[in-house]
Amino acid sequence: MNQIQNLTKGFLRENPLLVLVLGCCPALATTSSAFNGLGMGAATTFVLLGSNVVISLLAGIIPDKVRIPAFIVVIASFVTIIDLVMQAFSPELYETLGIFIPLIVVNCIVLGRAEAFASKNKVFSAFIDGLGMGLGFTMALVILGSIREILGSGALFGLKFIKGDGILVFILAPGAFIALGYLIALINRLRRT
Amino acid sequence: MAKRESTLKNMVLSLTLIAMVASACLGFVYSVTAKPIEMAGLNKKLEAIRQVVPEFNNDPNAEMFRLPTGEGDSLDVYPAKRDGEIIAYAVNTYTNNGFSGYIGLMAGFKPDGTIINISVLSHKETPGLGTKMSDPQFSDQFKEKNPVSFSLKVKRDGGPVDAITAATISSRAFCDAVERAYNTLQKGGLK
Repeated sequence: MNQIQNLTKGFLRENPLLVLVLGCCPALATTSSAFNGLGMGAATTFVLLGSNVVISLLAGIIPDKVRIPAFIVVIASFVTIIDLVMQAFSPELYETLGIFIPLIVVNCIVLGRAEAFASKNKVFSAFIDGLGMGLGFTMALVILGSIREILGSGALFGLKFIKGDGILVFILAPGAFIALGYLIALINRLRRT
Repeated sequence: MAKRESTLKNMVLSLTLIAMVASACLGFVYSVTAKPIEMAGLNKKLEAIRQVVPEFNNDPNAEMFRLPTGEGDSLDVYPAKRDGEIIAYAVNTYTNNGFSGYIGLMAGFKPDGTIINISVLSHKETPGLGTKMSDPQFSDQFKEKNPVSFSLKVKRDGGPVDAITAATISSRAFCDAVERAYNTLQKGGLK
């Protein structure tokens, strides 16, 4: 597979959230606004890049039977790094994302890519795969966050353009499910043509 | 590269090695970020104090003291002074009666007990409903009110406070936290 395809598959063909439907928990919980979605996506992308590269480097020396604990240690380290860095340099974002940053450790996308791709491929391919998957996830989160922010509070990236309240349900959890459902339906329709 | 065989020795060795390298990296990152994290926390606190009291020129954080609430707990009180004279107290107060439990507030009082301003430090209220308690439309109605004559109750409970639409519980909790701060200050003998 060439590297361009490897990069772009994360956006549409194998989008982790909209097609593989992985990582739903943080996706539904943090996308109450477009900016939160962007922050969560960026953090996940960083972890994906780091863990994919390190795991593909280590794949040769990790015995098969302990590969999962080894992967988790690597992923958890990257998550703790981004957690500390965010706390230090972007406390506002850290506050809104809160508990969902440490929870990237158990995000299916990260472990899924490590197990299914990074451990079987060369470093460069793994890097591109992580980048594509991360950006695809970020894109999905920003789209979902934008839809919910526009409908729920009449704003986009914090800029209010409709006075008063929006449709509150879109800010709450049920709205996340509804928006994600329609988004997946739309993507499915697009993929078929 | 060929896969290592899953012998006990190999497994223990590789896991130990990975864990050691990982912890070394984390130790390094922690040592770099520890200072900024502490500064960010302190800045946030000072920023919150600045929002609720008039301009001061002392270091309220260094002169912080604790007052017991009378409920087996204590609140942090930050005195704001201008040229050595106390002009206001910022009280770090809380309530556990929010819609989702804990709400932390910073409330500023004049020495006579009049509320100057209130800012929300932390909460887990419903986005779009309870979160409106940080909006000026809600918190401004407490400004310049003295709890002696202004009872801290929402209209549904017979008080003067306009509750947030669809978030009466959050509004009630907000009042509860402010009242706790006021009572604690009064009991502490700070008139």
